[in-house]
Amino acid sequence: MRLTCPLCGPRDRREFYYYGAEDYLNRPDAGAPGSAWDDYLHNRDNPAGMTRDLWYHEQGCAQWLIVTRNTVTHAVTAVDLVAGRQGAAT
Amino acid sequence: MPELIAKGPFDGVEPLVMAGLTLAPVEDGPIWSIALLPGGAKAAAKALKPLGLAFPGPGGISEKAGLRLVWTGRDQAFLFGDLPAGLEGAAVVTDQSGGWAGVTLTGPGAARALGRLVAVDVRLAAFPVGGVVRTGLNHMSAVILRTGEDAFEIRVFRSMARTCWHELAEVLRHLGARAPLSA
Repeated sequence: MRLTCPLCGPRDRREFYYYGAEDYLNRPDAGAPGSAWDDYLHNRDNPAGMTRDLWYHEQGCAQWLIVTRNTVTHAVTAVDLVAGRQGAAT
Repeated sequence: MPELIAKGPFDGVEPLVMAGLTLAPVEDGPIWSIALLPGGAKAAAKALKPLGLAFPGPGGISEKAGLRLVWTGRDQAFLFGDLPAGLEGAAVVTDQSGGWAGVTLTGPGAARALGRLVAVDVRLAAFPVGGVVRTGLNHMSAVILRTGEDAFEIRVFRSMARTCWHELAEVLRHLGARAPLSA
């Protein structure tokens, strides 16, 4: 398996660290109800098809990446930087 | 205050010549990490321009008169040499001197030898002279510069210096053992 890092180009899977669902980027506000925190921390979809998750380019440029991939076909359709995305902290 | 003794990562290590390849330690001077602050690119470019340097993009190296700027990450580069003035406010600068250990691997077929430990394509067509990759050298994180068609500079965390040397020396020994068989 290879991921094409937006900065480094195509790289072997062993260079990356898998973190989890993209949901981790959408942290609820401090005052959000418990159910929002429950969703954020524990409840995940398990889709047959497109999924988006976070990977870390540990042995490369040390960037967090959002990988869009298909759990049925194993196709990787997009790899984007977490940094600089809309609404991201600077 | 006791007098501390400065020791290089490869003190007492002699260059290894085998299979037509040479593995040798590099003695680095000061190394600085230059991490651009958000919106700091313009000010950094202004400070670097009089030196004949430009902040490198991914995989790039900018070099002039003993100063070398090597891309190491998003909006980040390592400067080898003395720190110029004028980067305050444009970038976060941290001293990395002594934190990295370097070796050179040179000779015909250096790319083939390096390819035994590195999962990225280091052949000339994919990794041209004057480029840099951050990748794994076996299990170590490494910064690999291509300084010539048959010349690489490899830097790893200083704590990994001897391991890096061991791994590369092993490659040279294996290639050296094969050479008479395939002659």
